[in-house]
Amino acid sequence: MPVKQHLKKVLVVGSGPIVIGQAAEFDYAGTQACRALREEGLNVVLVNSNPATIMTDGAIADEVYVEPLTLPSLREIIRREKPDGLLSTLGGQTGLTLSMQLAREGFLEAQGVELLGARLETIEKAEDRELFKETMESIGEPVIPSLVVTEVGDALDFASSISYPVIVRPAFTLGGTGGGIAENEKELASIAANGLRQSPIHQILVEKCVSGWKEIEFEVMRDAAGNVITVCSMENLDPVGIHTGDSIVAAPALTLADKEYQMLRTAALNIISSLGIEGGCNCQFALDPESFRYAVIEVNPRVSRSSALASKATGYPIARVAAKIAVGLTLDEIQNEVTGKTMACFEPALDYVVVKFPKWPFDKFIYGCRRLGTQMKATGEVMAIGRSFEAAMMKAVRGAELSLDTLAMPKLAALTDEELRKKIRAQDDERVFAVYEALRRGQTIGELHRLTRIDEWFLAKLWNLAKMDRTLAEDPLTEELYREAKRMGFPDSAVRRLSGGELPPALPAACKMVDTCGAEFEAETPYFYSSLAEEDEALPFIRRRASGKPVVLVFGSGPIRIGQGIEFDYASVHCVMALKRAGYEVAIANNNPETVSTDFNTADRLYFDPLTAEDALRIVELEQPVGVVVAFGGQTAIKLTKPLAAAGVPILGTQPDGIDLAEDRGRFDALLESLGISRPAGRAVLTEEEALRAANELGYPVLMRPSYVLGGQNMIIAFSDADIREYMNVILTANPDTDVLIDKYLMGTEVEVDAVCDGEDVLIPGIMEHIERAGIHSGDSIAVYPAWNLSESLTEQLVDYSKKLAVSLGVKGLVNIQYVIHEGKIYVIEANPRSSRTIPYISKVTGIPLVDLAVRAMLGERLRDMGYGTGLAAPAAFHAVKVPVFSFEKLGGVDTQLGPEMKSTGEVLGIAPTMEEALCKGLLAAGYRIETDKGLLVTVRDSDKSEIAPIAAAFSALGCPLYATEGTAAVLRKAGLTVETVKKIHEAKKNTMTLLESGTVGCILSTSAKGRIPARDSVKLRRKAVELGIPCLTSLDTAGALASILGRHFRQEELEPIDIAKILPAKK
Amino acid sequence: MEKTCYLVLENGAWFAGKSFGAQPASGGVAGEAVFTTAMTGYLETLTDPSYCGQLVVQTFPLIGNYGVIPADFESVRPRLAAYIVREWCRVPSNFRSEGDLDAFLKENGIPGLYGIDTRALTRTLRDHGTMNALLTEEAPPYGEELLERLRGFRQEPSVPLVTRQKAEAYGGSGPHVVLWDFGAKQNLIRELTKRGCRVTAVPSFTTAEELLALRPDGVLLSNGPGDPADNMDIVREAEKLFAAKIPMMGVCLGHQLMALANGAVTEKLPFGHRGANQPVKDLRTGRVAVTSQNHGYTVRPDSLPETASLRFVNCNDGTCEGIDYRNAPAFSVQFHPEACGGPHDTAYLFDCFLKLVNHAESEGFSCR
Repeated sequence: MPVKQHLKKVLVVGSGPIVIGQAAEFDYAGTQACRALREEGLNVVLVNSNPATIMTDGAIADEVYVEPLTLPSLREIIRREKPDGLLSTLGGQTGLTLSMQLAREGFLEAQGVELLGARLETIEKAEDRELFKETMESIGEPVIPSLVVTEVGDALDFASSISYPVIVRPAFTLGGTGGGIAENEKELASIAANGLRQSPIHQILVEKCVSGWKEIEFEVMRDAAGNVITVCSMENLDPVGIHTGDSIVAAPALTLADKEYQMLRTAALNIISSLGIEGGCNCQFALDPESFRYAVIEVNPRVSRSSALASKATGYPIARVAAKIAVGLTLDEIQNEVTGKTMACFEPALDYVVVKFPKWPFDKFIYGCRRLGTQMKATGEVMAIGRSFEAAMMKAVRGAELSLDTLAMPKLAALTDEELRKKIRAQDDERVFAVYEALRRGQTIGELHRLTRIDEWFLAKLWNLAKMDRTLAEDPLTEELYREAKRMGFPDSAVRRLSGGELPPALPAACKMVDTCGAEFEAETPYFYSSLAEEDEALPFIRRRASGKPVVLVFGSGPIRIGQGIEFDYASVHCVMALKRAGYEVAIANNNPETVSTDFNTADRLYFDPLTAEDALRIVELEQPVGVVVAFGGQTAIKLTKPLAAAGVPILGTQPDGIDLAEDRGRFDALLESLGISRPAGRAVLTEEEALRAANELGYPVLMRPSYVLGGQNMIIAFSDADIREYMNVILTANPDTDVLIDKYLMGTEVEVDAVCDGEDVLIPGIMEHIERAGIHSGDSIAVYPAWNLSESLTEQLVDYSKKLAVSLGVKGLVNIQYVIHEGKIYVIEANPRSSRTIPYISKVTGIPLVDLAVRAMLGERLRDMGYGTGLAAPAAFHAVKVPVFSFEKLGGVDTQLGPEMKSTGEVLGIAPTMEEALCKGLLAAGYRIETDKGLLVTVRDSDKSEIAPIAAAFSALGCPLYATEGTAAVLRKAGLTVETVKKIHEAKKNTMTLLESGTVGCILSTSAKGRIPARDSVKLRRKAVELGIPCLTSLDTAGALASILGRHFRQEELEPIDIAKILPAKK
Repeated sequence: MEKTCYLVLENGAWFAGKSFGAQPASGGVAGEAVFTTAMTGYLETLTDPSYCGQLVVQTFPLIGNYGVIPADFESVRPRLAAYIVREWCRVPSNFRSEGDLDAFLKENGIPGLYGIDTRALTRTLRDHGTMNALLTEEAPPYGEELLERLRGFRQEPSVPLVTRQKAEAYGGSGPHVVLWDFGAKQNLIRELTKRGCRVTAVPSFTTAEELLALRPDGVLLSNGPGDPADNMDIVREAEKLFAAKIPMMGVCLGHQLMALANGAVTEKLPFGHRGANQPVKDLRTGRVAVTSQNHGYTVRPDSLPETASLRFVNCNDGTCEGIDYRNAPAFSVQFHPEACGGPHDTAYLFDCFLKLVNHAESEGFSCR
């Protein structure tokens, strides 16, 4: 069937900010979908509050709204744009839920908008627990048996009917408190009684426990004609019990016999058919490893993280095909881009193994609860492709940037056998490494299987790696052994370390193609992964397709983590596009399956491999580029500079020396001095003793951090000797040899500048000012463009400093400089000669294509010839406010108080004609919902007390009753405010915690001199707020801004949506 | 330590790997080298009689993961000449597994080769077309004389090697279906008995008269190995079944023999279709199904007589995948609706067949 006749304009809803569980995969999906729809001649309107996305580029959609993903804002956009259809299935759970609400309330029908991708009933059948159960039962697909009960006796009866073990889940308790697994009647009686007691509505769910079963996923597609196919199967190494997003996942499923595989495949196809989905769908199954019993765990009637993984794992573009199906095409009408000849109605055949490895934020959240369970905690993931499981696993681990080049984690070697077993049982993010360590110590596969329920097949593969580890250490390193180690994925660094010997001659670089068909057909997919000691397909491909243009190799940014997010993928993709426009053939290397950069259509060639020096050099060997680009892939790519330069590979843009000059504290200080620019006084120290001396000399508070930082990792403000001792211990345990920098902490205004420099001239698109004072990481601050209270002379000085710094660092391309203005004086905090987090934001709001200009500067073009002028650009027509978004509810034990260490996972942008409206939009988009008829609880540290009264007064004026702990209350009363005093947790039974639980508080303002450690009262209180979904502000500045916006009483319907595709750069 | 072993192709290319399973006979094992892209179902592949005499390459690199499960066998023993994988699994894991692949191949006298770049081999076979190959322990170089001999190698007609020698009865009390066994996969019988059929499996050399004397309600012409044109004696018997207007269903080789019986022509494909992901379009409904396939020959659609119509085509290369007949209540498919291994999406065709068997007269000839 051709595209539905009446469709001319389609609205695509994105997924909003990056949060745990909803990351860059939806940018990849949305971007593909928009392109697919425009190929069909449709006009595409896009809404997404996340500016750091490719999908919100003017080139991707016809109309682009970076607006809050809320019902009022979507209704307004629909009224303005009058689309004929709404594509609901490409914006994650956020997009799906909003679309469903719009459909359910009748708004879509009233506006004549067709819901595309999934009908309302379909979504409801998949999302509503009871409806889902009914639907599955009606087609004979087993679900996990469960029953809601209110009596212990009923629980026991039900359990005996479904057999033990069972899981008890109390209703409406947070994080599952009061639940547990019961192995027998006796245990159930006690757990059920406790669960009923804990549940506020005296209700528990008793569910058959299938933890330990195999977790298998199928990605399936269906079109309106009823054709169904499976794109990919996946098997979790970690059995049921750990969220699939936190599991190590292999594709295809590896331990299923054809009988089991086909049973589940058929089930998946039955499910998608019965739900009537038109597009893609993810089906998750639990399979008993000891029988053919299985149960459907979950069905997602939309593209998902798993579908992004499946797309990259197979080469089959699920989102693209899903979008075409949604507008009426059938699978046999959609061309398979890989072969260019066949159609999308086929099932990929793999001749390799894919391993996905999650990236967790526990390196930052050292007090966070690391135990993995049903709540996903990973912020991102890497994917690796190999011809054996071992090779893929090795690639995945070294690509995850854990400072590991094998599965041997040094700190685990120090554990006793008993401690190691305990570690394995703890089921945390390091379990696989603990299992590996146990295998190295000679524990058997059987023992470890009993301990973890990980399938023996996977354990045997890990054992193979452990065996090679030992062989390398014990046997002479022959050429054959070396070859075998390389085939298994051991990098040279590991072979050298383990064998202690000279390496045999290097194996030539060799890559295989991902072609969706196991080489059955000749494909022209420019999608490769390295596979040593095998036939190389990349070089012949490069030669066959040689365009005669010079080749440039771009390095991407690896897995998404706090501090290095989707912004760097945005920049990498734009870099590729700019290079192509400039007449180059472009190859990209990256290992993040969620991204647009790893879409094989983005560059001329894609290398899906880890971003380590050895892996990078191998790609260089094949591509022989005229230069490589490291400036757009965040710290991951920057880290490659030294080894690449040492190997004689030309680096485009800012030279390695300039990068070093910015990073090396001594050199950077000398440079600043020579330029007459100040920075906060500071010292570099190595030991605790030195740190204490430095801190006391500088005077508290001081800022401390390891010299190589990413997103302010392990960065804190120390107020006392005790803080210094605590954190020196933390830092030195993680990286014993690192310098620790101790700086005087200046509590001033923070401003940020992104600039393009061609070596001589500088273009600054705008200056961003933070709402929060210095001391809160720039990534966690609300950033406002244009800066709203800089004097002309300070502005001039900032421009002057930025230019001087950029030129003397030899920047050719982008540089991001952070300043603090303290008592009217400008200090530099840091300068990074690379793309930054704010590049997409500032590019979109000013209309200046920064990455494009940076790439051209990098290639030698002069800024003055590019038509965007030099110096500080004229302000744009709009104000734009970036508001950070956090994922605290998913990370138990993490203190929500903001500080110099970055904690946010994503961001949203508010764009409006005035700063206030922009801020209001930003706060709305970030999910701030303040109920002003409820109370405000204030409890602040002594240093904040002097400033608290006006803020509390503003809330009070809005009608908020005030509550405060004793010290704070005294200050407020003194200022003439009415306030109710609340006891601290340790002071009384009725205290701040019980106040929160009572539901009378709608917002909290909590700061404390100390924090971090979960046992502290202040941290407990903030965690409680997170669990109860009560907004918790930890900066007076944020609170002040919020109060002022609430005071304006904006109505959301009145905030005009802005089509940023129409923003043009201000004329110079 | 395993012995080094070589795979020599008729074009002179060779691959060095390690030996597993049985040791190749002295002088090596020659046959046609073919590849299958199925990612699961190696046991079904190993025991599919249609691979008789072939050196079978698995494109999926990890084989043997779930061990050896006799319940999944498609015939009593493997008939292929040699088995070639990138890696065989030494520690298989499955609750039904009774052993590993190496032991299984040894027991059945099938030599195996592992540790070669199976993708490079597959690409060679794809680009060059199916070739004869030799599995040998003899190291290179390989002289022109040997390659010449290899090129001249011709697999002897295989159906007689794999068909049963005497009739056997299976199943229930429902319609009586005769399974004409040219190397039938066990699941053909299972699919029929599951539907209540009484099945009599008869050898390939059964004559039409003998067959009709069994008074079948329908005849299922099975899959089987080799060049369909090697079986003209069977084709002549099949013609008589058409004349008798008995309900018939053909699968794979059975499909080709039915076409030959109607005067159509078969030809060799460049490298065949072997795998579990072949999309096939039903021209009558427009629906596409994913099918399991294993064939090196195909029926030329332009050679079909008036009384036959093309019903299914392969979405990838447009080749004939199924035929409806009007001169008898009969249809046939090139793919494997009985799956094993592979998708079960077309198992409904057995229901269609039973409809023909039950209502041949009332509903006309074609399967809807």
